[in-house]
This record gives sequence, structure tokens and C-alpha cells, in this order.
Amino acid sequence: MNVASPPMKARATRLRGLDRRLVPLAGTLALFLALVIFGAASYDAFLAPQVFLNLAIDNAFLCIVAIGMTFVILTGGIDLSVGSVLALTTMVAATLVERAHWSPWVVMPLVVAGGALFGAAQGFLIHRYRLQPFIVTLAGMFVARGVCYLIDTESIPINDPTFVSLAQLRIPVGGDNSLSSGAVVAIVTVLFAAWLAHATRFGRTVYAIGGNAKSAALMGLPVGATLVRVYAFSGACAALAGLVMSIYMLSGYSLHAVGLELDAIAAVVIGGTLLTGGVGYVAGTVVGVLILGVIQTLVIFNGTLSSWWTRIVIGVLLFVFCVAQRFIERGAAARADKRA
Amino acid sequence: MRLMKHALFWPILTLALLIALNAAVNPGFLAIAWRDGHLYGNLIDILNRAAPLALVATGMTLVIAARGLDISVGAVVAIAAATAAVLIGGSLNLSGVESASEHPLWLAIAAALGVALACGLWNGVLVVGAGMQPIIATLILMVAGRGVAQLITGGQIITIYYPPYSYLGNGYLAGLPFAAVLAATVILATALLLARTPLGLYVRAIGINPVAARIAGVRARPITLALYGFCGLLAGVAGLIVSANVRSADANNAGQLMELDAILAVTLGGTALTGGKFSLAGTALGALIIQTLTSTIYSLGVPPEVNLVFKAALIFIVMLLQSAEFRASLLKIARRGEA
Repeated sequence: MNVASPPMKARATRLRGLDRRLVPLAGTLALFLALVIFGAASYDAFLAPQVFLNLAIDNAFLCIVAIGMTFVILTGGIDLSVGSVLALTTMVAATLVERAHWSPWVVMPLVVAGGALFGAAQGFLIHRYRLQPFIVTLAGMFVARGVCYLIDTESIPINDPTFVSLAQLRIPVGGDNSLSSGAVVAIVTVLFAAWLAHATRFGRTVYAIGGNAKSAALMGLPVGATLVRVYAFSGACAALAGLVMSIYMLSGYSLHAVGLELDAIAAVVIGGTLLTGGVGYVAGTVVGVLILGVIQTLVIFNGTLSSWWTRIVIGVLLFVFCVAQRFIERGAAARADKRA
Repeated sequence: MRLMKHALFWPILTLALLIALNAAVNPGFLAIAWRDGHLYGNLIDILNRAAPLALVATGMTLVIAARGLDISVGAVVAIAAATAAVLIGGSLNLSGVESASEHPLWLAIAAALGVALACGLWNGVLVVGAGMQPIIATLILMVAGRGVAQLITGGQIITIYYPPYSYLGNGYLAGLPFAAVLAATVILATALLLARTPLGLYVRAIGINPVAARIAGVRARPITLALYGFCGLLAGVAGLIVSANVRSADANNAGQLMELDAILAVTLGGTALTGGKFSLAGTALGALIIQTLTSTIYSLGVPPEVNLVFKAALIFIVMLLQSAEFRASLLKIARRGEA
């Protein structure tokens, strides 16, 4: 949409030298820095490098899920099934490795492919039969969680040597600090997703669909195939996050990641992606995940705050960001009227 | 064929089939007896247990009819239950005598309903005032709501030792479960209000085209705000019933996934998720279908966890049948079969 805009218009969409689409991202970044400065001022040990590396380690699966969710929301859709798909992946992986004694190296790609297939099926229903993404992925959420319970209602511990060694693996990053295997997977996913969104034909089609699906179709863009792929990508991300979690927890459990879809949506929104689609950045989502992580860390550092304050603060942040988004949208609409 | 066109044909057929299936498996299923001064039987039990869902789904129907959605109802159920439980409190004496309420019962109920109404109005203000998408506006309360409920209960599951309160969930009025009577009265009163006043027409008009409705002189904004408030209020009533039924308030689990069940009940009843077309009777039937399905799964001896898969199958069937594209492709296949 912005490819062929003349220089006059380009100037009009700028605010004091800052591209208007970057305003929400700038706000998110400012909030993150403010939270870190607050933490550093309040607690001596807060600025230790390992505190930040732990952010990556403890939020790796949320980050991966939120990346997939970003693409879905960029098309103007939503994926409520991610938490359940994640749980199902931990269950299937644990069952195949522990009970069927399959090789972990076969199981890992298999479950990710399974997640992609699950997402693709949802995308197909949404596109082919014009069903609402909300209700389709809601049914998908029920299916995945239900199949979890069918496999087993108890937690399945994982003792497989490959999984255990992956769980214990620590990649040194200078000094005494280190990252887990899951955090590395999350970082690789982020880099891949940023490339996918901003440097490929697929990514540009995603933004075009979110801007206006009808014009995208009229421009000859493959709307249907892209939608199916976006939901498949989200499903694959959820399954990958499931693998990361089964390594992190060393268990498969049907109650893993209950409500994770809400955290993922919150991270995407706080990261500055508009829920109406078409505007947002992968980098913003990463900062959104980090903000959720820092809030949790602050609550833990405080020690006296109860865990439910995390949820309330996330709700308040969601509120602030959604209201801010509305004002930005209204401002843009008003300017468009003035030009016309 | 004309019968099949009736809006309530499919929900009634589904419910009848489910009940017939139960009766076939368990011959005593349809039996209703008079015991201890009230009616007793599986069907009565289903009526009682479906009451909270039917109430929540009624509010949801109106919100959806006006092109909205409220996914915070489960959290509002938890908040209302927590408020009532904290105000009633009470403790079990060693002598076994249950102690009295800390505050008058009416105050606890009024406070819980007031908080629920406020939650609904908050959602309404975000949608109408700030112009947010309904799913996002109510997502905020869905995320924060359980935190607020835990804040109220102090993170504990609060047990309510006060017999008059549990009447709301377990009592009987004229032989029928009080919760079911309450739900039926509320639904009937709402249906009458919408049918006898222009309000029902306004709600449909807003759902079909909000802008056109406003231009035609329908006060769309206050009406939409009121619908969200009403939805919150009914979720509050459901919260009272749920907590009275189990005599405790659990901030984490009260009303868990209720927003999804309510949306399912609304869809099953034939209300279009795109707004403009609604049926309160259909929604009540939808709630009964969901509760009967749950009871069926228990009576068939299937692990209750499978319930989720059944519900998902129901959603898929209903939404595919509602999709014009799916019906068209079905017709195409049928015609090809004939040729």
C-alpha cells in the first residue's frame, strides 16, 4: 500500500519525523525501557545480564506462539487454538517418545508438521466457507484440548535422554551467563519471522490482506492460499512452542498453557499491532512479550505482591494500548477526510 | 418441509434426539418423581444445572444480535461469585451449627449484581464510547477479571457457610428448582419486553446496519450500552447461582469457559453471529442441549473430558450449516449425484 505513495503523502503520514506506523512501536519500546528503569531503581540485582537472559528462557514458548499470532492478527484474524495446540503437542511428543519409544528426532519434525496441518485445516475452513476466525479457532481449541484428555488426563513425565540433555543444555553467551535451547529456538524463530514478514512476497501479501482483503484479491494476490498458510504458520509455531515447553517442563500435560492464547494476543496488541489488521511488526511483538515478562519479573522481585497482580496489570496495559490505538486510527481517519 | 424452515426446528430436533438417546440407554431417564416436597429426576436436574448458562447466554444473545460479543462473561461470573462470598463469609462452628452471614443477604446480592452490572457497562463504554472492536474490548476484562476476582477473595477459595444463600442454587420453588424458575422468568420477561416494545426491532436494526439504524433515529449508542450492561448483570446472577450451588467461590474456576459455552448455546439456538437475527427461545434450547449433552456423556460412561470434542463437533456442524458457501457446495454435490 505504501509502495507507490508520492512524496507529498509520505510527508503527511509522518509525525515529527517519525513514520506514523512506528508510533505504537515507539510507545511499546518506551514502556519497556520505563519498566526496566523502574526495576533497576527499585532492585539492585535487576540489571544483571542473567535476569534478561532468563526473560528469554522463561518466555521462549510465549514468544514463539505470539510470533505466529502476529501474522494471523496482521491478516485481521485471530487464533484462539494456540494454547491447546501447544498442550496437544506436549502430550503427543511425550506419548510417542515415552510410550511408543520413537526416536525424538522423528517425533520433533512430525509434531511441528502436525501443528501446521491443524492450522491449515482451520485456515481452509475460514477461507473456503467464509467462517469467522474467532469461532473456527474456538472449535479448534476445544478439539485440541479434548484430544489431550483422550490421550491421558495425567501428566506424562519425559525421561528420554535426548530431551533431558536438551533441557540441561546451556549455551554460554559470555561471562557466567547462558541461554537455554528453547531461548535459542525462540530467537531463531523471531529472525525467520522478521524476514518472512518484511522481505518476502508472502509477507507483503499478509499486510495487503490485513489492509483490505477485497483490494488484495482484486490486485490478483493469492488471498486464499495466503490465509491457509498464515494459519498453518501459527499452528506450526504453537507446535514448536509445545516442543520447547515439553523440553522446559520435561513432561506432557493436558493442562499445560491454559489461557496462553490470551497472553499471546495481549503481547501482540501491546507490541503495537492493530487488531483490525494490516499494521504491525514482528519486533513489536517481541517487545510485547518482553514487557509481559518484565512485569512478571517485577512481581517476583517485589516478593509481597500476589501473582494475580500480573493479570490485572496486563489487563490495564491492554486497555491503555487499545485506547491509544483507537486515537491513532481516529486521527488518521480525520486527516484522510481533510485531504479528500 | 415448511416445518423444517421454522427457526426452532433444528434446536428442538437436536434436543429431542439427545433425550431419546438417553432414554434408550437408560430407561429410567425420563422418570420424574415427587420426593421430599419437590420434583426429582434427570430432566429436573438438567433444568437446574442449565440455569446459569441459560442466563449468561440470554445476555450474550442480545449483545450478539446488536453485532457485539462479550467474552468476559466467565470472568464476570467469577467476580460476582467472589463479591457475594466475601460479603457473606461466615464460618463453621465446632458444634456443627452454621453461623450467620456477616452482612445482610440482600446487601451481598445487591453488591454482587451491582459489580456485575458495572463490569457490563465498562465493556459497553469501551465498545460504544471508545469504538473498540467488541472482542478486544471484552478481552481486557476477560484477562484482568480473574485477577480482580482473586484480589477480592485474597487468592483463596471462599466457602459460604450460610444456608439461606445456598437456596439460590439448590432450593425449590413450588416443586421446581429455584434457579430454573429464576432463569425461565428472566428469559420470559426479556422476550416479552423485546416483543411488546419497539426495543426488539431496534436491536435487530442495530445488528443489521448500525449506521443506518442511527440515521433512521434509533438511539443505537445508549441501547448498545444497555445491552452490554444487561449481559454483565445476567452473568452476575449466574455467578450467584453457581457459587450458591457449590457453596463456595473459586476465583480461578468459577465460570471457566462459560463465555464459550454461552456463544455455543447462542449459535445452536439459531442466532446469527453476524447480528440482526436472534431467538431467545432458541438460546434457552441451546443451553439445554449443552447441559443434556454433558449429562449424556456422564450417563454413557464416556470420560467427561471427551465433552470438549463433542462440543467442538457441534460447533463445526452448526457453523458449516450456517455458511451459505457450504450449503451451496452441498447442493452442488447433491445435484451431481442426481445427474
